[in-house]
Amino acid sequence: MVKGMDIDELLDTAAIVVCCGAGGVGKTTTAAALALRAAERGRRVCVLTIDPARRLAQSMGLTELDNTPRAVSGVEGEGSLDAMMLDMKRTFDEIVLSHAEPARAQQILANPFYVSLSSSFAGTQEYMAMEKLGQLKAEDRWDLIVVDTPPSRSALDFLDAPQRLGRFLDGRMIRLLLAPAKAGGRAYMKVFSVGLNMFTSVLTRVLGGDALKDLSLFVSSLESMFGGFRERAEHTYRLLKEPGTSFVVVAVPERDALREAAYFVERLSTERMPLSTVVLNRMHRSGAPNLSTERALAAAESLEEDGTQPLAAAVLRVHADRMRTAGRDQRMAESFAGAHPAVPLVEVAAQAQDVHDLDGLRAIGAELASGREATAPLAG
Amino acid sequence: MSGFGGVKLHVVSGKGGTGKTTVAAALALALAGEGRTVLLTEVEGRQGIAQLFDTAPLPYEERRVASGAGGGEVYALAIDPEAALLEYLEMFYNLRRAGSALKKIGAIDFATTIAPGLRDVLLTGKVMEAATRERRGGGRLYDTVVLDAPPTGRVARFLNVNSEVAGLARMGPVRQQADSVMRLIRSRQTAVHLVTLLEEMPVQETIDAVGELREVNLPVGAVLVNMVREPLLPLALLPDIAGGRIDTSDLARGLKSAGLDATDPAVSALAGEATDHASRVLLEQRERGLLQAIGQPSVELPLLSNSADLAGLYELARRLQEAQLW
Repeated sequence: MVKGMDIDELLDTAAIVVCCGAGGVGKTTTAAALALRAAERGRRVCVLTIDPARRLAQSMGLTELDNTPRAVSGVEGEGSLDAMMLDMKRTFDEIVLSHAEPARAQQILANPFYVSLSSSFAGTQEYMAMEKLGQLKAEDRWDLIVVDTPPSRSALDFLDAPQRLGRFLDGRMIRLLLAPAKAGGRAYMKVFSVGLNMFTSVLTRVLGGDALKDLSLFVSSLESMFGGFRERAEHTYRLLKEPGTSFVVVAVPERDALREAAYFVERLSTERMPLSTVVLNRMHRSGAPNLSTERALAAAESLEEDGTQPLAAAVLRVHADRMRTAGRDQRMAESFAGAHPAVPLVEVAAQAQDVHDLDGLRAIGAELASGREATAPLAG
Repeated sequence: MSGFGGVKLHVVSGKGGTGKTTVAAALALALAGEGRTVLLTEVEGRQGIAQLFDTAPLPYEERRVASGAGGGEVYALAIDPEAALLEYLEMFYNLRRAGSALKKIGAIDFATTIAPGLRDVLLTGKVMEAATRERRGGGRLYDTVVLDAPPTGRVARFLNVNSEVAGLARMGPVRQQADSVMRLIRSRQTAVHLVTLLEEMPVQETIDAVGELREVNLPVGAVLVNMVREPLLPLALLPDIAGGRIDTSDLARGLKSAGLDATDPAVSALAGEATDHASRVLLEQRERGLLQAIGQPSVELPLLSNSADLAGLYELARRLQEAQLW
């Protein structure tokens, strides 16, 4: 197994750290722990979270969703930590407001097609996370920005969605709908007019005339912003390739999560985006690895038959269970490491309780930095 | 028997990572185990059903994936909004050819991704069509439909299609379709079950989802608690052990009498594991209490050593059948 890279060196030098991985693997907690550690090592840090657990959010002072970084209190040392929770719709609204005159902006914001796009289009959240990252970076207030990524259906959505949304808004369909309004474009129109007429007639029949009016209003009011959308998507994508940006892929020792992590690792290498490490959360370990599952179970059984040592018997069953889980986790980790020999791997122990205060985050940060690798193979 | 025996449409939702698709499939098997003909549907394009039953990706077509006891059968269907829209155009407007032309210019993609609520109307509309489809010679083709629905964060909005399309179609066939979907979903023939784990976030999301569903008058069904582990320590000792108060000399005596290492480091390592375990069990009990306060029927499903295989799926189905809620 490759030795885990030096997390502290990463935290002291990087400008952007992106935490990605499948949903439910502890991305938000990892991002928060990295950000807190960097801040307590003296840097000015901002952490952008997507959907933190309520108590974790509270511990960072994220009680309201106002789309602005707020200082986290209780951070030790010279550095500082700001945290914010992404409000996807609001971020989108802000783009509209900054690109269109007030009257037109209000028209766009009220349009049902815009409401749908800004609140439920697959990829909007990813796009807005990237957009927000771009904005925070441009403010130039922080040494380091740590980004948590949205709980996508697939971790890869995070890389693709911004461009997909950009393409969509910039796409042929939208151009077609715009074409009648333009004086030029006649030749272009001719080719597609059959399809377009059909589209408008179907739309009118299926949805009624109002919908068509809303749609063409939406499209024509957004027109001024099209170039902007694509450009912004490309700009943030470039940001991810800049030196100073580093990726942390988060996983847990389970099949689906590791498969996602593997896709991500490969994709980053194709895109020439720097992977600093894979973090394996929720690794079960035992402090008594020499007492095997089998021996612990056998001893528990004989104590139970005897009946005089119920505490020891129960504790031995707990240990057997832990050893079984630890063994499984370790096999998962080893097979991942075996398939990706060049990828640094850091393990974080399973926590008995959810992390919901700065001390908990601090402990995880310390564990990440200790670069702990898989322990020696467990006995039995 | 109180429960969901008369339900024709079982909607299964849950936070990502709770095993929502697995539980939906197990529920379909459990229902087939009672001799019913069941259709299991998915709507998120993940091909989760095919992965579970270890078959090739499902086309937009009903396929038999399993059979249950007493002549019961499970069919599966992956509903794709584009295909549903084309089918819809054909059924209602005889517009199949127009459909492929529309597809070519990107209009279908456009309509199913951006038209507010249209995607959800198409998906739920197809589910409703299957749930109410008649067999030749009368009677329903499927006794029951199980829908592997979007996650808890989105499920209320997904099902409440009526208000979703309100901004788009104030009249016309889409509106009518939405209205008849709502009639089925709001009726006693539908139940929305929520899959959760005994952990903070999934439980919080479940409570939030119940609130959202009730607010829009959607019928909340059972709470299905997945991956429940057996407590291994005596319940009475849990608070002490979780607080680190464990009788280490008693433990050491026990270890010694079993012929095991009873030195201080060994004892304290084992005691630490017991503390972790006890804290987790207490946390689970707290979360369980929060779930009970919801006031819906609940079923606990065990953590399986290999939940991904078919044997595990049948084991979960057996547990669901034993609950006698369906």
